[in-house]
Amino acid sequence: MAKTPLDALHRRLGARIVEFAGYEMPLQYQGIMAEHQACRTKVALFDVSHMGQAEIAEIAAFSRLVPGEIAGLKPGRQRYTMLLNEMGGILDDLMVANLGSHVQVVLNASRKEADVVHMRSHGVAVTTRFDRALLALQGPKAAETLPEAAALKFMDAAPMQIGGIDCIVTRSGYTGEDGFEIGCAGFDGETLAELLLARGAIPAGLGARDSLRLEAGLCLYGNDIDETTNPVAAGLGFALSKKRLAQGHFLGAAAVNKALAEGTAEILVGIRLEGRVPARAGAEIRLSGGEAVGRVTSGVFSPTLNAPIALGYVRSDCAKLGATLELIVRDKPLAGHVTPLPFVPHNYVR
Amino acid sequence: MSQIFYSKDHEWIAMGTDGLVTVGITDHAQQALGDIVFVELPEPGRSVAKGEACAVVESVKAASDVYAPLSGTVTEVNRSIVDAPAKVNAEAEGDGWFFRLRLQDPASLTELMDRAAYDEFLGTLA
Repeated sequence: MAKTPLDALHRRLGARIVEFAGYEMPLQYQGIMAEHQACRTKVALFDVSHMGQAEIAEIAAFSRLVPGEIAGLKPGRQRYTMLLNEMGGILDDLMVANLGSHVQVVLNASRKEADVVHMRSHGVAVTTRFDRALLALQGPKAAETLPEAAALKFMDAAPMQIGGIDCIVTRSGYTGEDGFEIGCAGFDGETLAELLLARGAIPAGLGARDSLRLEAGLCLYGNDIDETTNPVAAGLGFALSKKRLAQGHFLGAAAVNKALAEGTAEILVGIRLEGRVPARAGAEIRLSGGEAVGRVTSGVFSPTLNAPIALGYVRSDCAKLGATLELIVRDKPLAGHVTPLPFVPHNYVR
Repeated sequence: MSQIFYSKDHEWIAMGTDGLVTVGITDHAQQALGDIVFVELPEPGRSVAKGEACAVVESVKAASDVYAPLSGTVTEVNRSIVDAPAKVNAEAEGDGWFFRLRLQDPASLTELMDRAAYDEFLGTLA
């Protein structure tokens, strides 16, 4: 099992450790609920060093693997995009930042090795930096905790020094809150984390990261999207460039264009449940008459809303906002309805 | 003074003077589950077999079954933890109890562990 450069710190802080994507990762320190609320109201620090940082010098070949307008990304800016296969399925979703001399990508831990094989097989020269640390500082007090980066706007990216440590900072995250993702050399990771904790950040684990991202309506690779998912079905149309769709010069373009033109059989929806019982991934979704129309892909009890919420795929004709659905938990139907995403408003600084 | 026993499923079972046992989850169990947001309890009158799933606890992240530690009939349940599930976190081995059972065979209590044996069992899990 792999460990991140912050492993010793997690253990010192009393984290409960779980396996995630081949890594020993902190699930929680003091508790998911408290860590979740710390991120929504103050500032939380997550170790996300399991994610794969990599550098790509030549944008043209990489651009042929993603549906976003990456070639037009200005220096100092970051964008969300996806690696697609020929069928238009999502091989991974990732952040791309233009750092001037090269672009940096941040890949999902479970996909990073496969992503590199895929990119190299399509002629993209990738330099992996998987030994680097990546910290996410998230919450309304993130900017006052990291004044060095306060001049950045949402989705800006810049190299800078923090406490004498060379870092690459982006103003982005996976919680719906304002915040930063900070990459540095692995051997500097613990020092950087200690610095941010000393400034008042509260350590938070993967448990809170999951409940936060779900409230923010953000997909988790492997749960809500995978290589069989078309970006159109997953509600990721915002990451598709009209110009690049028209040109069609990327892997999967035909399938994405077809999905845009004809629609998809299923689409991802947010579901708010009545009562207090969460429906978890795998729960069947039915119409009130009993007809099966989909399945839950992520479900959690939302600490902010004090109610269960879920993401799931339903037959496209059952996805209207407000539509009533039944989610089957322990053989019993739970009432829910289709709700706009995000469940909890984003709080980005643009 | 009531005697308290423990199961490998991390339940405590307290023998009362009325011949009924009170069942709850241990402090270790509530810590492992994390913040509890929902509890489902069995209907009073239900017969349960040892090892049968008869209650459910949901934390933010996951659902877990609570098993009948011994065979018997449910005589009473603790509605207060349905209304305030966080009570299970706060007072797992006290006011956060789950249900009371009339044991099918009171001698079956000897199948359970005492505190020292349970603590030793917890030690083997670390």
